[in-house]
Amino acid sequence: MDFLGKFPAMSRGELRDFKKGVDGSFSEFTGEYGEAIEVFFDPLLYFLVWFEKLLLSTPWPIILLIVGVLAWAGSRSMKIATGAVLAFIAIGYFGMWKDTMSTLAIVSVATLICISIGIPLGVLMARSKYAQALVTPLLDIMQTIPAFVYLIPVVMLLGIGKVPGLIAVCIYALPPIVRLTNLGIRLVSKEALEAADAFGASYRQRLFGVQIPLALPNIFAGINQTIMMALSMVVIASMIGVAGLGVPVLRSISNQYLALGLLNGLAIVALAIIFDRVTQEYGKRLQKHRHGDRL
Amino acid sequence: MSDIAISIKGLYKIFGKRPAKAMQYVKDGISKADLLDKHNHVLGLKDINIDIPAHQISVIMGLSGSGKSTLIRHINRLIEPTDGEISVYGEDVLSMPKKELREFRRHKTSMVFQKFGLHIHKTVAENVAYGLVIQGIPLNQAKKDSHKWLERVGLDGFEDYYPAQLSGGMQQRVGLARALATDADILLMDEAFSALDPLIRTDMQDILLNLQQELHKTIVFITHDLDEALNIGDSITILRDGEVIQQGDPQEIILKPNDDYIVDFIQDINRGRVIRIKSIMNKGESVNGPSFDYNSVLEEILPDVVNSPEHKANVIDGNGDIIGSIDLKKIASSIAKPAVESSTNTNYK
Repeated sequence: MDFLGKFPAMSRGELRDFKKGVDGSFSEFTGEYGEAIEVFFDPLLYFLVWFEKLLLSTPWPIILLIVGVLAWAGSRSMKIATGAVLAFIAIGYFGMWKDTMSTLAIVSVATLICISIGIPLGVLMARSKYAQALVTPLLDIMQTIPAFVYLIPVVMLLGIGKVPGLIAVCIYALPPIVRLTNLGIRLVSKEALEAADAFGASYRQRLFGVQIPLALPNIFAGINQTIMMALSMVVIASMIGVAGLGVPVLRSISNQYLALGLLNGLAIVALAIIFDRVTQEYGKRLQKHRHGDRL
Repeated sequence: MSDIAISIKGLYKIFGKRPAKAMQYVKDGISKADLLDKHNHVLGLKDINIDIPAHQISVIMGLSGSGKSTLIRHINRLIEPTDGEISVYGEDVLSMPKKELREFRRHKTSMVFQKFGLHIHKTVAENVAYGLVIQGIPLNQAKKDSHKWLERVGLDGFEDYYPAQLSGGMQQRVGLARALATDADILLMDEAFSALDPLIRTDMQDILLNLQQELHKTIVFITHDLDEALNIGDSITILRDGEVIQQGDPQEIILKPNDDYIVDFIQDINRGRVIRIKSIMNKGESVNGPSFDYNSVLEEILPDVVNSPEHKANVIDGNGDIIGSIDLKKIASSIAKPAVESSTNTNYK
C-alpha cells in the first residue's frame, strides 16, 4: 500500500548527488570555457556599447528628427510619425531620455541578432522536415521556460553585464521570427513554385525570387513580434545588469515607488506601441500587391 | 510528314510508397482499382506510347483523374516517371543531371498553367520577363526583350499592374506571354484555358491559333473540353485511367470513335459544325452540283446541297481542283450520332 501512497522518488541522497553532479560539471565547463566564450562575444559587446554611446551622444533634437523620419518612412502616416515624436518628447520631459536610449540600443541590437539568426533558421526549417522536427521543440522550450531559469546558466557562464542580458533577450525573442519565416515559406503557393521550377529556376532563384518575397508579410509579422518580446524582456534583463528603463522599474518594485514605476513602465509601453504601429503599417504596405485595387 | 519532337515510350507512373514494387504487379496485369485496394498505390499512367510531332498543336484530352496533367509534367520532368523513356528532339530527358535539366527547362520548354502560376509580388512586365531572368539576363534587359510578347497578347499598357489587379483572362495572357518570351520551341499548356469563362476561352484559343500560324511551336495542350480540343488540335490523344485509348486527327476521332468512353465524350458536340467535308467525301468522282472547299464544315454547305438539283456537291482542294464529292445522304448520316465501331474494344490499337 505504501508503494501506491507515496510516489517512488529518488532518495534524498541520490537526488542531491545528481544535482551536485550537474552543478559541478557545469561549473567545470564554465571554468574551462567561460573565458573563451566571453571573448567570443566581445565583438557583440563592443557593438552594443558603441551603439548605446552613439544614441546617448547624439543631440536630442537630432534623435527626435530621426525618430520622426523613420516612423514616417515605415508607416507613411503623419499621425504615427507625430505620435512617435510626441511620445519621445514626453519621455525626455519626464527625465527618462538616457534610460530610453539604452533600452532602444539593446532592443535594436537584439532584433538585428534575432533577424540574422532567425530568418536563415526559418528557411532551413521550411526546407527540411528533419530540421523542423529538431528546432520546433527547442523553440517551444525557449518560449515557455521561465526566463529566470535560463538566466542562471547564462550568468554562471558570462557573469552579470550587457552581453548575458542581450543573450537572455535573444533567447526569449527569437522564436516568433523563426516560426513565422518557416510558416511564411511553407504557405507560398504550389503554383508559384511549380512555375519557377518549370522555367528552370535554381534553388537560390527559387528562394530569393519567389519564396522569401512571397513570405515577406509573414516574416515581417515575425519581426514585429520579436521586437515586442525583446521590449518585454527589458525589466528581467535589467536584473542582470542591463542598463535602461528596466532598472528604475526594478528599483521601484523593491522600494514601492509608484510614480517612478508607472512612468518607466509607460515609457516601455510607448516604445512598444511606436515599434508595433510602424512595423505593422510597413508590413501592410508589403502586402499591397495582393489586393485587387487599381494603382 | 513533320518530325517527331517528343517521343514517349512505355511510360509508367505509380504514386505511392514503393512504386518499384507496385510496378511488378502492374506488369503482371493488375487493374488500377485492385492496385489501389490491395496495395495502396495509385496507377497514374500505364504504358504510354506517344510521338508528338514538331510544330503542331497536339491535344491530350481526358476527364479529371485520367492522368493528363501527370503526363504533361513528365515532358519537362516536373514529375519523375516510374518506368519508361522520354526523349525530346533525340535528347534523353530522364538521364539529364540536375543542372542540365535546369538548362533544358530554361531553353527548350516553357509552360502555361491552369491556375496561371503567376508571381503575385511581381508586376506584369516582371512576370513576363521571368523566364529570361532565370536564364541570367538582367531584369531591365529581360523586360525590354520580352515586351513584344506582352504586346502580342494585348497587354500593352499593363506593364506595371500586379496580377491581382487583372481579370482571369488577362492573367492567363500574362502566363502565355511569359511562356512565349523564352523562345522555347516546346510549349506545354496544362488546362491553360480551363479556368476561364467560355467567351474568354474562345478568345484565348483564337489568340493561340493566331500566334501559332506564325510561330509554329510544338504545343502540347491538355484539356478536358472536347470543343476546345477540336478547335485547336491538329491531333488528339484521348486518355482514360492513365491509358491512351485513341489517337488521331480530330475528324477521325469524331467519325470513328473506337470506345464507348469516346462516344460519351463526343455525343454532345455539334457535329455539323465540326466535321469537315474532306473527311467524309467519296474520293475521285465529280458530280453535277456546286463546289466547296475541302475544309468546309457540314453546316456551312448543307443549305446549298439541299437546294441543288441532285442534292450533290463537289469537293475542291486549295487549288480549286475537284478531289471528290458528297451527297445529302452522306451528310445526314455523318451528322447522326455514331455507334461504336467495336463496342467491346476497350483496348487501343
